[in-house]
Amino acid sequence: MKIAVCIKRVPDSEARIKIGADGVSLDEAGVKFVLNPYDEFAVEEALKLRDAAGQGEVVVVSLGTDASQETIRTALAMGADRGVLLKVDRPIADPVVAGSLLAAELAEAGYDLILAGKLAIDDATHAVGTIVAEKLGRPSVSAVAHLTVADGSLTAEREIEGGTEVVTAPLPAVVTCDKGLNEPRYPALKGIMAAKKKPLEIKAVNVPEGGLRLVGLAPPPERPAGRILGEGPDAVPALIEALRTEAKVL
Amino acid sequence: MTTILAVCEQRGGTIKRVALETVTAARTLADAMGAEVHALVIGRAGIATEALAAHGADKVLVASGDDFHLYQPGAWTSIAVQAAAGCRAVLVAATAMGRDLGPRIAARLDAPLAADVTALEVDAGVIQVTRPVYAGKAHARLAVTADRVVVTLRPNNFTPRERAKAGAVSAMALPAITSHGERTVEIKASARATLDVAEAPVVVSGGRGFKEPAHFALLEALAEAFGGQAAVGASRAVVDAGWRPHSEQVGQTGKTVSPNLYIAVGISGAIQHLAGMRTARTIVAINKDKDAPIFKVADYGIVGDLFDIIPRLTEAVRHARST
Ligand SMILES: Cc1cc2nc3c(=O)[nH]c(=O)nc-3n(C[C@H](O)[C@H](O)[C@H](O)COP(=O)(O)OP(=O)(O)OC[C@H]3O[C@@H](n4cnc5c(N)ncnc54)[C@H](O)[C@@H]3O)c2cc1C
Ligand SMILES: Nc1ncnc2c1ncn2[C@@H]1O[C@H](COP(=O)(O)O)[C@@H](O)[C@H]1O
Repeated sequence: MKIAVCIKRVPDSEARIKIGADGVSLDEAGVKFVLNPYDEFAVEEALKLRDAAGQGEVVVVSLGTDASQETIRTALAMGADRGVLLKVDRPIADPVVAGSLLAAELAEAGYDLILAGKLAIDDATHAVGTIVAEKLGRPSVSAVAHLTVADGSLTAEREIEGGTEVVTAPLPAVVTCDKGLNEPRYPALKGIMAAKKKPLEIKAVNVPEGGLRLVGLAPPPERPAGRILGEGPDAVPALIEALRTEAKVL
Repeated sequence: MTTILAVCEQRGGTIKRVALETVTAARTLADAMGAEVHALVIGRAGIATEALAAHGADKVLVASGDDFHLYQPGAWTSIAVQAAAGCRAVLVAATAMGRDLGPRIAARLDAPLAADVTALEVDAGVIQVTRPVYAGKAHARLAVTADRVVVTLRPNNFTPRERAKAGAVSAMALPAITSHGERTVEIKASARATLDVAEAPVVVSGGRGFKEPAHFALLEALAEAFGGQAAVGASRAVVDAGWRPHSEQVGQTGKTVSPNLYIAVGISGAIQHLAGMRTARTIVAINKDKDAPIFKVADYGIVGDLFDIIPRLTEAVRHARST
């Protein structure tokens, strides 16, 4: 089984977000970056499918700056076979642009399955994997929490409001991965050592203009300072009163 | 005339509340641009669509098919792309369906996608969107430079507003359908067939402060006191412990909720939890630790033992709603 996994370098979920002097970018000083948590599910699933098939290859592909090499090494340390960095010099505002660039790389190589995360925790568009599929003309299922692959097709379960949707598709296909799919492994020391020697190809790509321009990045609007209404059950009437007359939600 | 397309979600033949939000947002955008709103409904024949005109649709397009009882990505995308001909913007709610459909429409139209948007504006004829990024720790503003854009709207951010328009209903001739082969075969309803956290106007969430799974009965009773308006949510700590299903998890690796009222009980307020609920309109925190970070985002707080407070609150809510 030949599997590609799209992976992204993102700020750690605990990271303090400071806005750069230009007012539109993230100040990366002191920010810890990690492999996007949903992409960990995707890498883990790819490794499991490869190992269950007893043969094949897992290729991780990341679109990003040079710093994404480190993210690719993390996935290689988990057990992926090789990596590709599609090197760009700036962040991409439009997921359709990102998806198109990834699709162009993934079109030729004859992948049975392309996996991505459900969303990247930085821009959280929940879109790139699905866009890759549409650009390739492949079937896709998004936000999958349970996956079975057999006899050239897949059955996937995705959580929807109030239930679970069951979707089937023939391979080759694209699946974006949700929490619940598996428990991602931690890279072992042996894996980290081996990763250093695994192939990592770097290809420069040009970012087309795209149809969205980032014009501002700001902290979220301050919530008006809240009030502690009191201690224990005796504060309940004050809460009910506030919810009725101030917040008007009761 | 310029048009804005509102793709309106239905489930089981009933137009969802988020669809009214979508039409409302489309109407506001259209008014700012001198445009018309077309509302698109895809499903089995016989869906009642009056609410769409009442919320500002100039035209209602209905695409029906016998096997349209389940969301079929290929058919839905082909139909939406057809209906989007000549549109400046295509709007759809960022639900499980919309977050799958929006990217497909954008990819096929080769239009940019602005996802999970919380505000829309028109500035000198240019559409601008605001969307939370970095788990809500920043808000990005994006200007649309293309002549067409696909926008998914975060649920509960565009309050439905009635502005009656003609809303002439027409059946849409089905276009040729391009499906790449994915097929939705069934929906398994969840065991708790209640309101989903992502959609509920009121969310009451519980965390590790409940100590054991059985104690969540207290929280379920509080939700019930809101008379079908409230859903139970959970922190990741209690989901990972197996006390509550993942479908209830709120936060970065769970659901993003934006209810009118969010009550966090026995939840510390970790940054990853806040990521999923900080755009709620009113936030209430109940926690025995007065320094818990949740109080920093809460509008109202009560410090104390949840086991004493919740039964009293449940009673008070029930009483308040009945008077
Ligand atoms: C990558 C990543 C993703 C994550 N995603 C999520 C996510 O999506 N959602 C999420 O919620 N978390 C997420 N987390 C976990 C998060 O960091 C916290 O660990 C988690 O939210 C804590 O849950 P909690 O508030 O229930 O528990 P705790 O932090 O243990 O807090 C329990 C609270 O209950 C209070 N309490 C205890 N007893 C009582 C009582 N009798 N009465 C009143 N109050 C009481 C305590 O004072 C305390 O504040 C994520 C973490 C990581 C690293
Ligand atoms: N720059 C990128 N490089 C590689 N994969 C990406 C990139 N951006 C997004 N993806 C993939 O698409 C998924 C969804 O991302 P997003 O649509 O940005 O929320 C991520 O989890 C990745 O698998």
